[in-house]
Amino acid sequence: MKKKETACVISQEELAADIYSLRLRVSFAEEVKAGQFLSLFSADGMRLLPRPISVCETDPANGAVRVVYRIAGQGTREFSRLKAGDMISVMGPLGNGFPLEELKGKRVLMIGGGIGIPPMLFLGRTLKATGNTGCAFAAGYRTSDTYLLEELRETARVLVATDDGSLGVHGTVLDAVREAGYHADVICACGPRPMLKAVKGFAEEEGIPAYISLEERMACGLGVCLGCVTPTRETDSHSNVRNARVCTDGPVFNAREVEL
Amino acid sequence: MKNVTEPRMEIEIAGVRMKNPVMVSSGTFGSGMEYAEMLDLSKLGAITTKGISAVPWEGNAVPRVCETPAGMLNAIGLQNPGAEVFLKRDLPFLKKQDTVVIVNVAGHEPDEYYRVLDMLRDAEGIDMVEINLSCPNVKAGGLTLGTDPAMVEEVTRECKRRIGIPVIIKLTPNVTDIRTIARAAEAGGADAVSLINTLTGMKIDVERQTFVLANRTGGLSGPAVKPVAVRMVYEVSRAVSIPVIGMGGIACAEDALEFLLAGAMAVSVGMANFINPYVTAEVIDGIRDYLIRKQIPDVRELTGAVR
Repeated sequence: MKKKETACVISQEELAADIYSLRLRVSFAEEVKAGQFLSLFSADGMRLLPRPISVCETDPANGAVRVVYRIAGQGTREFSRLKAGDMISVMGPLGNGFPLEELKGKRVLMIGGGIGIPPMLFLGRTLKATGNTGCAFAAGYRTSDTYLLEELRETARVLVATDDGSLGVHGTVLDAVREAGYHADVICACGPRPMLKAVKGFAEEEGIPAYISLEERMACGLGVCLGCVTPTRETDSHSNVRNARVCTDGPVFNAREVEL
Repeated sequence: MKNVTEPRMEIEIAGVRMKNPVMVSSGTFGSGMEYAEMLDLSKLGAITTKGISAVPWEGNAVPRVCETPAGMLNAIGLQNPGAEVFLKRDLPFLKKQDTVVIVNVAGHEPDEYYRVLDMLRDAEGIDMVEINLSCPNVKAGGLTLGTDPAMVEEVTRECKRRIGIPVIIKLTPNVTDIRTIARAAEAGGADAVSLINTLTGMKIDVERQTFVLANRTGGLSGPAVKPVAVRMVYEVSRAVSIPVIGMGGIACAEDALEFLLAGAMAVSVGMANFINPYVTAEVIDGIRDYLIRKQIPDVRELTGAVR
């Protein structure tokens, strides 16, 4: 069940320039699935809207969740200053998450671009735990200033691409996948729009399904305000128009069903 | 003197009784379904639905929302599934919630509002309608319908003729003198007025040197607008004799009390629902606590009590 509550910070560390890993004690850790997100709230009354941040890891035994995020503005900069013992308002779990039933037993290619990598790590660990084999990550970074890479490597095979060529393949994540000659049964991806567009095209070429996690400016995160819609190919069953809500109908969509 | 321990919270607007004076603003609560898992909807005085049009509306392009200091801008463009789906899917849900149901009616031009009312007329379970003559993000002929007193009076009169249940007219603050519009609604036979709708605003992305919202302008809401809203509720409640429903930036009981004292019979919580899904219950409890603390036996005594 969705909840808004005050969470205690367990720990926070900077993983790379402007990339932070934050562990929070929450009451709903065991309900969180890969691909879902949390709303994090600023303590400053000037900044009222929540910041939607995808979950990187859940640790039900300790009642903890972990988010890994990039400083993108004043709100996330405020979060980056939180220390163990500090409190922060959070709401979650939000969104649909990846279709784990669909992925059962499949070779899943998990593509993460930049700050789209953290939810892929969560998915990879979930799939490893459910016994999927032959899965791989394709991780795209700007430079060799990477984050989560060791944890990805502990989980599955990792294909790396960087924008500047300082690590792995010089180019896009799909360049890395093509170069490795890796073929999957299904793709899951999270990252910037141009990457997701390319992933959608790649999946069509390969003739396999792709589930992509979208990002859009949100207000409520609860499916009410209709701020974060994305155009859909067919009429959406809830909205009755060709629009679906990223926060509740997504953020994960079958790539064939959305117009990017 | 009798000790007040259970103050009366009930109010009545145009013969419709509400458990308390706290409702939710159109567009901030959908039809309540999304909040039902977090909030007991039967606690609310009323639910005002997202604006419903005669046919489905796709709304504006994204980005539709952005944050501003102590508030937000939105330009949703009244995306909604249309009256047919609303009646089939949302209304049966709302009827079960044991609260007053106010359906917000949207249109581009007068005939579209009338069409919606004709579709709603025979439905059971709608207690009132609120006519959104004032959405800043949807314009007919370049002008918001709700800024022209003659039009407001005419449309209000025709709405009243079309439907038997009480009609609330929602007023835009984007006018020179909101009292003129409120008086026009009263002259047209409105049972109540609600205010304020959002204030038209704009945000510019200086890095990209462009508008943040795809629609360029959007409606400002949240705590940032509250003082403007309280002032307008004060003015309007003294200019008309029909009940005033006050809204604009209410985020806690103290905010709601300001509106009541300024002259509102009821209040409506909007953007704050996004930030705190439990806010309405907190506002209701807070008003009750205030009445007990002040030993006021009836919430209605607060309306316009500012000295």
